[in-house]
Amino acid sequence: MFWQQLLNGITLGSSYALIALGYTMVYGIVQLINFAHGEIYMFGAFAGLFLVTVVGLPIGWALLGAMAFCMLLGVVVERVAYRPLRGKSSRLSALISAIGVSIFLSTLMVIIAGTNPRNYPDIIKISNYQLGAVQFSSLQIIILIISAILMIGLELMVRRSRIGKAMRACSQDIEAAALMGINVNRVISFTFAVGSALAAAGGVMVAIYYNALWPYMGTMAGMKAFCAAVLGGIGSIPGAMVGGISLGIMEIMGVAYLSSSYKDAIAFAILILVLIIRPQGLLGQKIVKKV
Amino acid sequence: MDAVLSQYIDPYFLRIILIIGINIILALGLNLITGVTGQLSMGHAGFMSLGAYTSAILTMNYGVAFPTALLGGSLVAALFGFFIGLPTLRLQGDYLAMVTIGFAEIIRVFFLNFEPGGKAVGLSGIPQETTFLTVWGLVAVAVFLNARLLSSRTGRAFYAIREDEIAAESCGVNTTRLKVTAFVLGSFLGGLGGGLYAHYMFYIDPQVFNFTKSIELLNMVVLGGMGSIPGTILGAVLLTILPELLRVVAEYRLMFYGALLVILMIFRPNGLLGDVRIYDLKKRWGLGKNK
Repeated sequence: MFWQQLLNGITLGSSYALIALGYTMVYGIVQLINFAHGEIYMFGAFAGLFLVTVVGLPIGWALLGAMAFCMLLGVVVERVAYRPLRGKSSRLSALISAIGVSIFLSTLMVIIAGTNPRNYPDIIKISNYQLGAVQFSSLQIIILIISAILMIGLELMVRRSRIGKAMRACSQDIEAAALMGINVNRVISFTFAVGSALAAAGGVMVAIYYNALWPYMGTMAGMKAFCAAVLGGIGSIPGAMVGGISLGIMEIMGVAYLSSSYKDAIAFAILILVLIIRPQGLLGQKIVKKV
Repeated sequence: MDAVLSQYIDPYFLRIILIIGINIILALGLNLITGVTGQLSMGHAGFMSLGAYTSAILTMNYGVAFPTALLGGSLVAALFGFFIGLPTLRLQGDYLAMVTIGFAEIIRVFFLNFEPGGKAVGLSGIPQETTFLTVWGLVAVAVFLNARLLSSRTGRAFYAIREDEIAAESCGVNTTRLKVTAFVLGSFLGGLGGGLYAHYMFYIDPQVFNFTKSIELLNMVVLGGMGSIPGTILGAVLLTILPELLRVVAEYRLMFYGALLVILMIFRPNGLLGDVRIYDLKKRWGLGKNK
């Protein structure tokens, strides 16, 4: 029972982690909670569905297509709603603008697709395996492998590549980075693109795993992923991975051993506790307030 | 009074006028927290639900008189405002926003499982005690006290915290105490609005007080003018009437809200009447002492 729940928790957690990465990267660079991120995840799930059912692509290509579409969407959102505000107005305005985008996108999808939940057609043959007391499906394995590949790829990109170096420079000091000749706007666009692509991958996989997708799926998932990012330490990429997976495990364990009616409250209770006890999160760095 | 009024005014309009009044009270509370003191709260519906449920249960189950129940509901909301205000001492803008969302979600999930509150079905048959006179009488009192507060030493300290917390602190403003004060006062008004709402609608359920409601209230403050009483009133009036006018295109309504937030933040981050005080209006219209 315990090991079974642990595996389910890790599967759920890896999807939180994929979304949380987008939050944490954007926050690390522009100090903005990108509220529309959950909606981008939802658009990713729907884009995948569109590519599978209407265009008729195989699921692997649909996943890549959804990621590409959301990259574009993420960049457009940043361009339209966040860039005009940057540097000119307070962080409060940017945050409110982000909420506006989030509401806009979820209602847009309601108008396009309606509020009824949909699901992916049975395109993947799922086989179940038994290992001791733990039952797992090929789908869970695929999800874990894809998440792992994406996260390792991201970590390598941030650590090794030129643009990754620029991203790290921007998150340390955006003005100094600009003075060093880094095109800050391009780095920010790139960050939004990468974060959105990861969220889209998460969206497609969750929609297949739970066999449901609907226009408001992003709101709750996005907020929980943000909790995960804070739990791990916002701004820290490994933190988002650790935070996402631990939140997934805690939520599944909470449902299994405590009560299922409070499922949605668990993440927020954890968030509030973390912020009160250890605001910098598990792996984050303490920020000293300076004038 | 209401019977007399309904002879002259169409019941539909009377209803809208009443709801405008309730929304003004709710928005004035949020304005104190977010508009004046600059602490972004996105869970005002949580305070509203506390006031609504407490007062409704008091009148229905314990036979408490309406004014006492209303006061009780407001006090419970204020108490929770105090507990939410406390952790804000350690939190900055965006984190606080998440905590308030989390708090409102926890409250909503709580009421979904709350036996005396009828769980997901909600409470019905609440005595309809809220009248035109109660609402607008309380609006007048709230506006008057708010205006007095904002032109007092405390009110100016609130504005100082919003403009620059560190500077305010170094000028001897006790930021901690004042932020909590703003939260307590704001949530008191939230609870009051909730109590009035419950005793007007005679039916409440947890879904009434969801995230969308919080955003709607935030929109009123942001649209009208952050930190401005006339602005907040204007925002509450506009955003109560507009949805009624847009009822034909109801599904586009939220999309419009979202776009409105983004556009406002880009072009007028302080709202339509940003920081216009009653005092300024008096001066402009030549009513003040120092013309």
